[in-house]
Amino acid sequence: MSYIEAKNLSVGYDGEVVGKDISFTVNKGDYLCIIGDNGSGKTTLMKTILGLKKPLSGEIIMGDGLKKNEIGYLPQQTVIQKDFPASVKEIVLSGCLSKCGMRPFYKKEEKALALENMKRMGIEALQDKCYRELSGGQQQRVLLARALCATEKLLLLDEPVSGLDPNVTAEMYKLIEQLNKDGVTIIMISHDIESAVKYASHILHIGENIFFAEKAQYVEKMNINLN
Amino acid sequence: MEKFFSYLEYPIVRYALIVGILISLCASLLGVTLVLKRFSFIGDGLSHVAFGAMAIASVLNLTDKMYLVLPLTVVCAVLILWTGQNAKIKGDAAIAMISVSALALGYLLMNVFGTSANLAGDVCSTLFGSTSIITLKLSEVMLCIVISVIVIVVFILFYNKLFSVTFDENFAKASGTNSQGYNLLIAIIIAVIIVLGMNLVGSLLISALVIFPALSAMRLFKSFRRVTVFSAIFAVTCAFLGIAVSIIAGTPVGSTIVAADIAGFLICCLAGHFYAG
Ligand SMILES: Nc1ncnc2c1ncn2[C@@H]1O[C@H](COP(=O)(O)OP(=O)(O)OP(=O)(O)O)[C@@H](O)[C@H]1O
Ligand SMILES: [Mg+2]
Repeated sequence: MSYIEAKNLSVGYDGEVVGKDISFTVNKGDYLCIIGDNGSGKTTLMKTILGLKKPLSGEIIMGDGLKKNEIGYLPQQTVIQKDFPASVKEIVLSGCLSKCGMRPFYKKEEKALALENMKRMGIEALQDKCYRELSGGQQQRVLLARALCATEKLLLLDEPVSGLDPNVTAEMYKLIEQLNKDGVTIIMISHDIESAVKYASHILHIGENIFFAEKAQYVEKMNINLN
Repeated sequence: MEKFFSYLEYPIVRYALIVGILISLCASLLGVTLVLKRFSFIGDGLSHVAFGAMAIASVLNLTDKMYLVLPLTVVCAVLILWTGQNAKIKGDAAIAMISVSALALGYLLMNVFGTSANLAGDVCSTLFGSTSIITLKLSEVMLCIVISVIVIVVFILFYNKLFSVTFDENFAKASGTNSQGYNLLIAIIIAVIIVLGMNLVGSLLISALVIFPALSAMRLFKSFRRVTVFSAIFAVTCAFLGIAVSIIAGTPVGSTIVAADIAGFLICCLAGHFYAG
Protein backbone atom coordinates (compact mmCIF):
# COMPACT_ATOMS: atom_id res chain seq x y z
CA MET A 1 0.00 0.00 0.00
CA SER A 2 1.39 3.42 -0.88
CA TYR A 3 0.95 6.74 0.92
CA ILE A 4 -0.90 8.32 -1.96
CA GLU A 5 -2.35 6.78 -5.05
CA ALA A 6 -4.04 9.02 -7.60
CA LYS A 7 -6.14 7.34 -10.26
CA ASN A 8 -7.26 9.15 -13.42
CA LEU A 9 -7.52 12.35 -11.48
CA SER A 10 -9.07 15.46 -13.04
CA VAL A 11 -8.49 18.73 -11.25
CA GLY A 12 -9.78 22.24 -11.89
CA TYR A 13 -12.09 25.01 -10.77
CA ASP A 14 -15.87 25.16 -11.02
CA GLY A 15 -16.07 22.33 -13.52
CA GLU A 16 -13.33 23.82 -15.67
CA VAL A 17 -10.71 21.15 -16.11
CA VAL A 18 -7.11 22.27 -15.64
CA GLY A 19 -5.44 18.86 -15.69
CA LYS A 20 -6.92 15.48 -16.46
CA ASP A 21 -5.95 11.81 -16.46
CA ILE A 22 -3.32 12.31 -13.81
CA SER A 23 -2.23 9.04 -12.22
CA PHE A 24 0.70 8.53 -9.94
CA THR A 25 1.72 6.85 -6.72
CA VAL A 26 3.84 8.06 -3.85
CA ASN A 27 5.44 5.56 -1.54
CA LYS A 28 7.04 6.09 1.82
CA GLY A 29 10.46 7.68 1.40
CA ASP A 30 9.86 8.90 -2.16
CA TYR A 31 10.90 12.31 -3.42
CA LEU A 32 8.46 13.29 -6.13
CA CYS A 33 8.99 16.38 -8.25
CA ILE A 34 6.02 17.81 -10.09
CA ILE A 35 7.06 19.88 -13.07
CA GLY A 36 5.13 21.66 -15.80
CA ASP A 37 4.57 25.06 -17.34
CA ASN A 38 3.00 28.03 -15.57
CA GLY A 39 -0.72 27.51 -15.32
CA SER A 40 -0.56 23.80 -16.08
CA GLY A 41 -2.31 23.03 -12.81
CA LYS A 42 0.46 22.05 -10.41
CA THR A 43 -0.79 24.11 -7.52
CA THR A 44 -4.33 22.99 -8.24
CA LEU A 45 -3.21 19.36 -8.11
CA MET A 46 -1.45 19.95 -4.82
CA LYS A 47 -4.51 21.57 -3.30
CA THR A 48 -6.53 18.59 -4.43
CA ILE A 49 -4.09 16.20 -2.76
CA LEU A 50 -4.37 18.26 0.42
CA GLY A 51 -8.14 18.07 0.31
CA LEU A 52 -8.49 21.85 0.03
CA LYS A 53 -10.59 21.22 -3.06
CA LYS A 54 -12.42 18.24 -4.44
CA PRO A 55 -11.22 16.35 -7.52
CA LEU A 56 -13.48 16.82 -10.55
CA SER A 57 -13.24 13.13 -11.20
CA GLY A 58 -11.01 10.20 -10.36
CA GLU A 59 -9.83 9.49 -6.87
CA ILE A 60 -7.03 9.87 -4.39
CA ILE A 61 -6.45 6.95 -2.08
CA MET A 62 -4.38 7.42 1.04
CA GLY A 63 -2.83 4.40 2.67
CA ASP A 64 0.10 3.00 4.58
CA GLY A 65 -1.14 4.56 7.79
CA LEU A 66 -1.12 8.11 6.43
CA LYS A 67 -3.84 10.20 7.99
CA LYS A 68 -5.31 13.32 6.44
CA ASN A 69 -3.87 15.57 9.10
CA GLU A 70 -0.38 14.14 8.76
CA ILE A 71 0.54 16.18 5.73
CA GLY A 72 2.74 19.22 6.05
CA TYR A 73 2.25 21.97 3.51
CA LEU A 74 4.38 24.83 2.25
CA PRO A 75 2.16 27.08 0.12
CA GLN A 76 3.40 28.72 -3.07
CA GLN A 77 2.35 32.15 -1.97
CA THR A 78 1.22 32.69 1.52
CA VAL A 79 -1.00 35.68 1.18
CA ILE A 80 -0.03 36.92 4.58
CA GLN A 81 -1.11 40.45 5.07
CA LYS A 82 1.71 42.92 5.01
CA ASP A 83 1.11 44.11 8.53
CA PHE A 84 0.43 40.77 10.23
CA PRO A 85 2.05 40.73 13.65
CA ALA A 86 3.40 37.24 14.26
CA SER A 87 6.68 36.05 15.67
CA VAL A 88 8.62 33.17 14.13
CA LYS A 89 7.99 31.08 17.22
CA GLU A 90 4.24 31.58 17.06
CA ILE A 91 4.14 30.56 13.43
CA VAL A 92 6.29 27.45 13.79
CA LEU A 93 4.30 26.39 16.84
CA SER A 94 1.06 26.74 14.91
CA GLY A 95 2.21 23.75 12.86
CA CYS A 96 1.60 21.58 15.92
CA LEU A 97 -2.07 22.47 15.91
CA SER A 98 -3.14 19.30 14.14
CA LYS A 99 -1.69 17.33 17.05
CA CYS A 100 -3.86 19.22 19.52
CA GLY A 101 -7.31 18.06 18.45
CA MET A 102 -9.72 19.74 20.83
CA ARG A 103 -7.03 20.49 23.40
CA PRO A 104 -6.78 24.27 23.71
CA PHE A 105 -3.10 24.71 24.54
CA TYR A 106 0.21 23.31 23.36
CA LYS A 107 1.99 20.66 25.41
CA LYS A 108 5.61 20.85 26.49
CA GLU A 109 6.59 18.25 23.89
CA GLU A 110 5.01 20.31 21.16
CA LYS A 111 6.92 23.39 22.20
CA ALA A 112 10.09 21.30 22.27
CA LEU A 113 9.30 19.98 18.81
CA ALA A 114 8.86 23.51 17.49
CA LEU A 115 12.23 24.48 18.95
CA GLU A 116 13.89 21.42 17.48
CA ASN A 117 12.52 22.16 14.04
CA MET A 118 13.65 25.76 14.26
CA LYS A 119 17.13 24.47 15.07
CA ARG A 120 16.95 22.07 12.15
CA MET A 121 16.12 24.92 9.80
CA GLY A 122 18.75 27.16 11.37
CA ILE A 123 16.29 29.85 12.42
CA GLU A 124 16.60 29.37 16.15
CA ALA A 125 18.13 32.79 16.60
CA LEU A 126 15.22 34.42 14.81
CA GLN A 127 12.50 32.94 16.99
CA ASP A 128 11.34 36.19 18.52
CA LYS A 129 11.63 38.16 15.30
CA CYS A 130 8.63 39.36 13.41
CA TYR A 131 7.86 37.18 10.40
CA ARG A 132 7.23 40.02 8.01
CA GLU A 133 10.65 41.51 8.69
CA LEU A 134 12.52 38.41 7.53
CA SER A 135 14.08 37.87 4.14
CA GLY A 136 12.38 35.62 1.61
CA GLY A 137 14.72 32.73 2.33
CA GLN A 138 14.26 33.04 6.07
CA GLN A 139 10.49 33.14 5.62
CA GLN A 140 10.60 29.93 3.60
CA ARG A 141 12.57 28.24 6.39
CA VAL A 142 10.01 29.36 8.94
CA LEU A 143 7.19 27.90 6.87
CA LEU A 144 9.17 24.70 6.33
CA ALA A 145 9.74 24.39 10.08
CA ARG A 146 6.02 24.87 10.59
CA ALA A 147 5.24 22.15 8.04
CA LEU A 148 7.68 19.84 9.84
CA CYS A 149 5.84 20.41 13.10
CA ALA A 150 2.69 19.15 11.45
CA THR A 151 4.24 15.88 10.32
CA GLU A 152 7.32 13.77 9.90
CA LYS A 153 5.67 11.69 7.21
CA LEU A 154 4.82 13.69 4.12
CA LEU A 155 5.65 17.23 3.06
CA LEU A 156 4.02 19.00 0.13
CA LEU A 157 6.17 21.89 -1.05
CA ASP A 158 4.89 24.31 -3.67
CA GLU A 159 7.90 25.97 -5.33
CA PRO A 160 9.93 26.26 -2.14
CA VAL A 161 12.81 28.01 -3.88
CA SER A 162 10.97 30.58 -5.95
CA GLY A 163 12.40 34.02 -5.39
CA LEU A 164 15.50 32.78 -3.57
CA ASP A 165 19.03 33.57 -4.71
CA PRO A 166 21.24 30.73 -6.02
CA ASN A 167 23.08 30.23 -2.74
CA VAL A 168 19.98 30.11 -0.61
CA THR A 169 18.32 27.91 -3.24
CA ALA A 170 21.14 25.42 -2.99
CA GLU A 171 20.88 25.46 0.80
CA MET A 172 17.15 24.93 0.61
CA TYR A 173 17.63 21.92 -1.67
CA LYS A 174 20.19 20.53 0.77
CA LEU A 175 17.76 20.94 3.64
CA ILE A 176 15.02 19.17 1.74
CA GLU A 177 17.39 16.41 0.67
CA GLN A 178 18.44 15.92 4.28
CA LEU A 179 14.80 15.72 5.37
CA ASN A 180 14.19 13.10 2.70
CA LYS A 181 17.16 11.10 3.95
CA ASP A 182 15.73 11.33 7.45
CA GLY A 183 12.69 9.51 6.13
CA VAL A 184 10.34 12.36 5.25
CA THR A 185 8.45 11.74 2.03
CA ILE A 186 8.55 14.78 -0.23
CA ILE A 187 6.27 16.01 -2.98
CA MET A 188 7.67 19.18 -4.46
CA ILE A 189 6.59 21.46 -7.26
CA SER A 190 9.52 22.94 -9.12
CA HIS A 191 10.40 24.76 -12.31
CA ASP A 192 14.01 23.81 -12.00
CA ILE A 193 14.24 20.60 -14.02
CA GLU A 194 17.96 20.27 -13.44
CA SER A 195 17.64 20.10 -9.67
CA ALA A 196 14.50 18.02 -9.98
CA VAL A 197 16.49 15.44 -11.87
CA LYS A 198 19.34 15.75 -9.41
CA TYR A 199 17.39 15.22 -6.19
CA ALA A 200 14.09 13.54 -6.97
CA SER A 201 13.36 9.86 -7.09
CA HIS A 202 10.25 10.29 -9.24
CA ILE A 203 9.07 12.89 -11.70
CA LEU A 204 5.52 13.86 -12.59
CA HIS A 205 5.22 16.10 -15.60
CA ILE A 206 1.83 17.69 -16.10
CA GLY A 207 0.49 19.80 -18.93
CA GLU A 208 -0.20 18.77 -22.53
CA ASN A 209 1.26 15.33 -22.03
CA ILE A 210 1.18 13.82 -18.60
CA PHE A 211 4.08 11.67 -17.66
CA PHE A 212 4.86 9.93 -14.42
CA ALA A 213 7.98 7.83 -13.99
CA GLU A 214 11.02 7.11 -11.96
CA LYS A 215 13.81 9.53 -12.52
CA ALA A 216 15.92 7.18 -14.66
CA GLN A 217 13.07 6.60 -17.07
CA TYR A 218 12.35 10.29 -17.25
CA VAL A 219 15.94 11.14 -18.10
CA GLU A 220 15.93 8.47 -20.76
CA LYS A 221 12.75 9.79 -22.28
CA MET A 222 13.96 13.37 -22.27
CA ASN A 223 17.14 12.31 -24.03
CA ILE A 224 15.12 10.57 -26.68
CA ASN A 225 13.07 13.71 -27.07
CA LEU A 226 16.17 15.81 -27.36
CA ASN A 227 17.74 13.74 -30.10
CA MET B 1 -11.08 63.23 40.29
CA GLU B 2 -12.74 63.50 43.67
CA LYS B 3 -15.98 64.21 41.94
CA PHE B 4 -15.57 60.97 40.05
CA PHE B 5 -15.02 58.94 43.20
CA SER B 6 -18.08 60.41 44.82
CA TYR B 7 -20.06 59.34 41.75
CA LEU B 8 -18.84 55.79 42.24
CA GLU B 9 -21.20 55.48 45.18
CA TYR B 10 -24.14 55.28 42.81
CA PRO B 11 -24.87 51.78 41.54
CA ILE B 12 -25.76 53.20 38.11
CA VAL B 13 -22.28 54.57 37.70
CA ARG B 14 -20.69 51.31 38.80
CA TYR B 15 -22.91 49.32 36.44
CA ALA B 16 -22.04 51.58 33.55
CA LEU B 17 -18.33 51.19 34.27
CA ILE B 18 -18.49 47.41 34.55
CA VAL B 19 -20.55 47.00 31.41
CA GLY B 20 -18.55 49.51 29.41
CA ILE B 21 -15.21 47.97 30.30
CA LEU B 22 -16.38 44.40 29.67
CA ILE B 23 -17.88 45.20 26.28
CA SER B 24 -14.79 47.10 25.18
CA LEU B 25 -12.60 44.24 26.31
CA CYS B 26 -14.60 41.64 24.38
CA ALA B 27 -14.70 43.78 21.25
CA SER B 28 -10.94 44.31 21.36
CA LEU B 29 -10.11 40.61 21.73
CA LEU B 30 -11.84 39.71 18.51
CA GLY B 31 -10.68 42.93 16.88
CA VAL B 32 -7.19 41.65 16.15
CA THR B 33 -8.56 38.70 14.21
CA LEU B 34 -11.17 40.81 12.45
CA VAL B 35 -8.75 43.46 11.31
CA LEU B 36 -6.18 40.92 10.14
CA LYS B 37 -8.71 38.79 8.34
CA ARG B 38 -10.12 41.89 6.66
CA PHE B 39 -13.37 41.09 8.37
CA SER B 40 -13.87 44.49 9.95
CA PHE B 41 -16.40 45.40 7.27
CA ILE B 42 -18.57 42.57 8.57
CA GLY B 43 -18.70 44.26 11.94
CA ASP B 44 -19.75 47.47 10.28
CA GLY B 45 -22.48 45.79 8.24
CA LEU B 46 -23.75 43.89 11.24
CA SER B 47 -24.12 46.97 13.35
CA HIS B 48 -26.54 48.37 10.77
CA VAL B 49 -28.43 45.11 10.79
CA ALA B 50 -28.66 45.34 14.54
CA PHE B 51 -30.14 48.80 14.16
CA GLY B 52 -32.81 47.45 11.82
CA ALA B 53 -33.57 44.64 14.24
CA MET B 54 -33.81 47.15 17.07
CA ALA B 55 -36.32 49.15 15.05
CA ILE B 56 -38.46 46.08 14.48
CA ALA B 57 -38.28 45.27 18.17
CA SER B 58 -39.37 48.73 19.23
CA VAL B 59 -42.20 48.80 16.71
CA LEU B 60 -43.41 45.48 18.07
CA ASN B 61 -43.16 47.06 21.51
CA LEU B 62 -41.14 44.19 22.90
CA THR B 63 -40.13 44.67 26.50
CA ASP B 64 -36.94 42.72 26.10
CA LYS B 65 -35.63 43.74 22.71
CA MET B 66 -32.50 41.63 23.14
CA TYR B 67 -34.39 38.41 22.43
CA LEU B 68 -35.22 39.55 18.91
CA VAL B 69 -32.14 41.60 18.12
CA LEU B 70 -29.58 39.03 19.16
CA PRO B 71 -30.80 36.03 17.11
CA LEU B 72 -31.53 38.21 14.07
CA THR B 73 -28.04 39.68 14.10
CA VAL B 74 -26.43 36.28 14.56
CA VAL B 75 -28.36 34.91 11.59
CA CYS B 76 -27.24 37.85 9.46
CA ALA B 77 -23.64 37.34 10.56
CA VAL B 78 -23.77 33.78 9.31
CA LEU B 79 -25.42 34.86 6.05
CA ILE B 80 -22.84 37.57 5.42
CA LEU B 81 -20.02 35.12 6.06
CA TRP B 82 -21.47 32.65 3.58
CA THR B 83 -22.10 35.14 0.81
CA GLY B 84 -18.67 36.65 1.40
CA GLN B 85 -17.07 33.29 0.71
CA ASN B 86 -19.15 32.57 -2.32
CA ALA B 87 -16.95 33.84 -5.13
CA LYS B 88 -19.90 34.45 -7.41
CA ILE B 89 -21.47 37.16 -5.31
CA LYS B 90 -19.32 40.13 -4.50
CA GLY B 91 -19.05 39.89 -0.75
CA ASP B 92 -18.56 43.54 0.10
CA ALA B 93 -21.33 44.65 -2.24
CA ALA B 94 -23.71 42.15 -0.64
CA ILE B 95 -22.85 43.44 2.81
CA ALA B 96 -23.28 47.05 1.75
CA MET B 97 -26.68 46.13 0.35
CA ILE B 98 -27.84 44.33 3.47
CA SER B 99 -26.58 47.00 5.82
CA VAL B 100 -27.99 50.00 4.00
CA SER B 101 -31.33 48.25 3.59
CA ALA B 102 -31.45 47.48 7.28
CA LEU B 103 -30.64 51.08 8.14
CA ALA B 104 -33.23 52.57 5.78
CA LEU B 105 -36.02 50.11 6.51
CA GLY B 106 -35.34 50.33 10.22
CA TYR B 107 -35.76 54.09 10.22
CA LEU B 108 -38.80 53.84 7.97
CA LEU B 109 -40.46 51.33 10.29
CA MET B 110 -39.81 53.43 13.34
CA ASN B 111 -41.12 56.49 11.59
CA VAL B 112 -44.32 54.95 10.26
CA PHE B 113 -45.32 52.56 13.02
CA GLY B 114 -43.40 53.97 15.94
CA THR B 115 -45.42 54.89 19.01
CA SER B 116 -42.71 56.80 20.78
CA ALA B 117 -43.16 60.51 21.30
CA ASN B 118 -39.49 61.22 20.92
CA LEU B 119 -38.61 59.49 17.65
CA ALA B 120 -35.53 61.51 16.81
CA GLY B 121 -34.18 60.92 20.31
CA ASP B 122 -34.77 57.18 20.06
CA VAL B 123 -33.11 56.89 16.67
CA CYS B 124 -30.21 59.01 17.77
CA SER B 125 -29.55 56.95 20.88
CA THR B 126 -29.74 53.70 18.92
CA LEU B 127 -27.22 55.03 16.43
CA PHE B 128 -24.88 56.89 18.76
CA GLY B 129 -25.59 55.45 22.19
CA SER B 130 -27.38 57.15 25.03
CA THR B 131 -26.77 60.84 25.47
CA SER B 132 -26.17 60.67 29.20
CA ILE B 133 -25.03 57.84 31.40
CA ILE B 134 -26.62 54.54 30.49
CA THR B 135 -29.24 53.40 32.92
CA LEU B 136 -29.03 49.65 33.29
CA LYS B 137 -31.04 47.28 35.38
CA LEU B 138 -29.19 44.77 37.51
CA SER B 139 -30.52 41.96 35.30
CA GLU B 140 -29.06 43.62 32.20
CA VAL B 141 -25.73 44.01 33.93
CA MET B 142 -25.76 40.34 34.89
CA LEU B 143 -26.59 39.28 31.32
CA CYS B 144 -23.75 41.40 30.03
CA ILE B 145 -21.30 39.93 32.55
CA VAL B 146 -22.33 36.37 31.70
CA ILE B 147 -22.00 36.89 27.95
CA SER B 148 -18.68 38.70 28.33
CA VAL B 149 -17.24 35.94 30.44
CA ILE B 150 -18.35 33.38 27.85
CA VAL B 151 -16.73 35.40 25.06
CA ILE B 152 -13.48 35.76 27.00
CA VAL B 153 -13.33 32.07 27.92
CA VAL B 154 -14.07 30.98 24.35
CA PHE B 155 -11.40 33.34 23.08
CA ILE B 156 -8.76 31.97 25.47
CA LEU B 157 -9.66 28.35 24.74
CA PHE B 158 -9.50 28.87 20.99
CA TYR B 159 -6.66 31.38 20.96
CA ASN B 160 -4.15 29.10 19.22
CA LYS B 161 -6.65 27.94 16.65
CA LEU B 162 -7.81 31.46 15.93
CA PHE B 163 -4.21 32.46 15.37
CA SER B 164 -3.63 29.65 12.91
CA VAL B 165 -6.85 30.27 11.01
CA THR B 166 -6.14 33.99 10.90
CA PHE B 167 -2.53 33.67 9.82
CA ASP B 168 -2.88 31.08 7.11
CA GLU B 169 -6.27 29.58 6.54
CA ASN B 170 -5.10 27.16 3.84
CA PHE B 171 -2.42 25.67 6.04
CA ALA B 172 -4.85 25.34 8.91
CA LYS B 173 -7.31 23.59 6.63
CA ALA B 174 -4.65 21.33 5.16
CA SER B 175 -3.58 20.20 8.61
CA GLY B 176 -7.10 19.25 9.50
CA THR B 177 -8.41 22.33 11.32
CA ASN B 178 -12.04 23.04 10.67
CA SER B 179 -11.47 26.61 9.52
CA GLN B 180 -15.05 27.04 8.35
CA GLY B 181 -16.22 26.23 11.85
CA TYR B 182 -13.91 28.84 13.34
CA ASN B 183 -15.03 31.48 10.86
CA LEU B 184 -18.56 30.74 11.96
CA LEU B 185 -17.55 31.01 15.60
CA ILE B 186 -15.91 34.37 14.91
CA ALA B 187 -18.99 35.67 13.09
CA ILE B 188 -21.32 34.62 15.90
CA ILE B 189 -19.15 36.20 18.57
CA ILE B 190 -18.95 39.48 16.67
CA ALA B 191 -22.71 39.54 16.32
CA VAL B 192 -23.10 39.02 20.05
CA ILE B 193 -20.57 41.73 20.87
CA ILE B 194 -22.21 44.19 18.51
CA VAL B 195 -25.61 43.69 20.03
CA LEU B 196 -24.17 44.11 23.51
CA GLY B 197 -22.20 47.15 22.50
CA MET B 198 -25.15 48.88 20.90
CA ASN B 199 -26.51 49.86 24.29
CA LEU B 200 -23.21 51.40 25.19
CA VAL B 201 -21.93 53.28 22.17
CA GLY B 202 -24.72 52.85 19.65
CA SER B 203 -24.68 50.91 16.43
CA LEU B 204 -22.68 53.37 14.34
CA LEU B 205 -19.83 53.59 16.79
CA ILE B 206 -19.42 49.96 17.84
CA SER B 207 -16.91 49.27 15.04
CA ALA B 208 -14.60 51.74 16.71
CA LEU B 209 -14.38 49.48 19.77
CA VAL B 210 -13.39 46.62 17.48
CA ILE B 211 -10.78 48.25 15.28
CA PHE B 212 -9.04 50.95 17.31
CA PRO B 213 -7.43 48.73 19.96
CA ALA B 214 -6.14 46.29 17.34
CA LEU B 215 -4.78 48.98 15.02
CA SER B 216 -3.13 50.79 17.92
CA ALA B 217 -1.48 47.63 19.21
CA MET B 218 -0.22 46.77 15.74
CA ARG B 219 1.61 50.08 15.65
CA LEU B 220 3.71 49.03 18.60
CA PHE B 221 4.00 45.27 18.73
CA LYS B 222 4.92 42.56 16.29
CA SER B 223 3.88 39.30 17.83
CA PHE B 224 0.29 38.12 17.87
CA ARG B 225 0.25 37.52 21.61
CA ARG B 226 1.61 40.95 22.49
CA VAL B 227 -0.77 42.63 20.09
CA THR B 228 -3.69 40.77 21.65
CA VAL B 229 -2.67 41.55 25.21
CA PHE B 230 -1.94 45.19 24.47
CA SER B 231 -5.20 45.76 22.63
CA ALA B 232 -7.07 44.34 25.62
CA ILE B 233 -5.25 46.75 27.95
CA PHE B 234 -5.79 49.60 25.51
CA ALA B 235 -9.51 48.88 25.28
CA VAL B 236 -10.01 48.69 29.02
CA THR B 237 -8.06 51.91 29.63
CA CYS B 238 -9.91 53.86 26.98
CA ALA B 239 -13.29 52.60 28.12
CA PHE B 240 -12.53 53.58 31.69
CA LEU B 241 -11.25 57.04 30.75
CA GLY B 242 -14.09 57.61 28.31
CA ILE B 243 -16.79 56.70 30.81
CA ALA B 244 -15.13 58.69 33.59
CA VAL B 245 -14.91 61.79 31.43
CA SER B 246 -18.45 61.39 30.20
CA ILE B 247 -19.71 61.22 33.78
CA ILE B 248 -17.73 64.21 34.96
CA ALA B 249 -18.26 66.37 31.91
CA GLY B 250 -21.74 65.14 31.08
CA THR B 251 -20.83 64.20 27.51
CA PRO B 252 -22.45 61.30 25.59
CA VAL B 253 -20.85 58.01 26.68
CA GLY B 254 -20.37 56.41 23.27
CA SER B 255 -18.67 59.24 21.50
CA THR B 256 -16.51 60.01 24.52
CA ILE B 257 -15.20 56.45 24.61
CA VAL B 258 -14.52 56.57 20.89
CA ALA B 259 -12.77 59.91 21.32
CA ALA B 260 -10.56 58.28 23.95
CA ASP B 261 -9.84 55.47 21.47
CA ILE B 262 -8.86 57.96 18.79
CA ALA B 263 -6.56 59.79 21.19
CA GLY B 264 -5.01 56.49 22.22
CA PHE B 265 -4.50 55.52 18.61
CA LEU B 266 -2.71 58.78 17.85
CA ILE B 267 -0.46 58.31 20.87
CA CYS B 268 0.38 54.78 19.72
CA CYS B 269 1.15 56.05 16.22
CA LEU B 270 3.56 58.58 17.67
CA ALA B 271 5.12 56.06 20.02
CA GLY B 272 5.46 53.62 17.14
CA HIS B 273 7.74 56.07 15.38
CA PHE B 274 10.17 56.15 18.24
CA TYR B 275 9.91 52.68 19.63
CA ALA B 276 9.26 49.34 18.04
CA GLY B 277 9.30 46.19 20.13
N1 LIG C 1 -8.99 30.16 -7.72
C1 LIG C 1 -9.06 29.88 -9.04
N2 LIG C 1 -10.25 29.91 -9.69
C2 LIG C 1 -10.33 29.61 -11.01
N3 LIG C 1 -9.28 29.27 -11.78
C3 LIG C 1 -8.07 29.22 -11.20
C4 LIG C 1 -7.89 29.53 -9.78
N4 LIG C 1 -6.58 29.40 -9.49
C5 LIG C 1 -5.97 29.04 -10.64
N5 LIG C 1 -6.85 28.93 -11.67
C6 LIG C 1 -6.54 28.53 -13.04
O1 LIG C 1 -6.12 27.18 -13.05
C7 LIG C 1 -5.01 27.01 -13.90
C8 LIG C 1 -3.89 26.31 -13.17
O2 LIG C 1 -3.43 27.09 -12.10
P1 LIG C 1 -2.31 26.59 -11.11
O3 LIG C 1 -2.15 27.63 -10.06
O4 LIG C 1 -2.63 25.22 -10.66
O5 LIG C 1 -1.02 26.56 -12.05
P2 LIG C 1 0.48 26.20 -11.68
O6 LIG C 1 0.83 25.02 -12.49
O7 LIG C 1 0.65 26.08 -10.21
O8 LIG C 1 1.24 27.47 -12.22
P3 LIG C 1 2.55 28.20 -11.65
O9 LIG C 1 3.72 27.46 -12.20
O10 LIG C 1 2.46 29.57 -12.21
O11 LIG C 1 2.49 28.18 -10.17
C9 LIG C 1 -4.62 28.38 -14.44
O12 LIG C 1 -5.06 28.48 -15.76
C10 LIG C 1 -5.38 29.34 -13.57
O13 LIG C 1 -5.83 30.42 -14.34
MG1 LIG D 1 1.63 27.10 -8.73
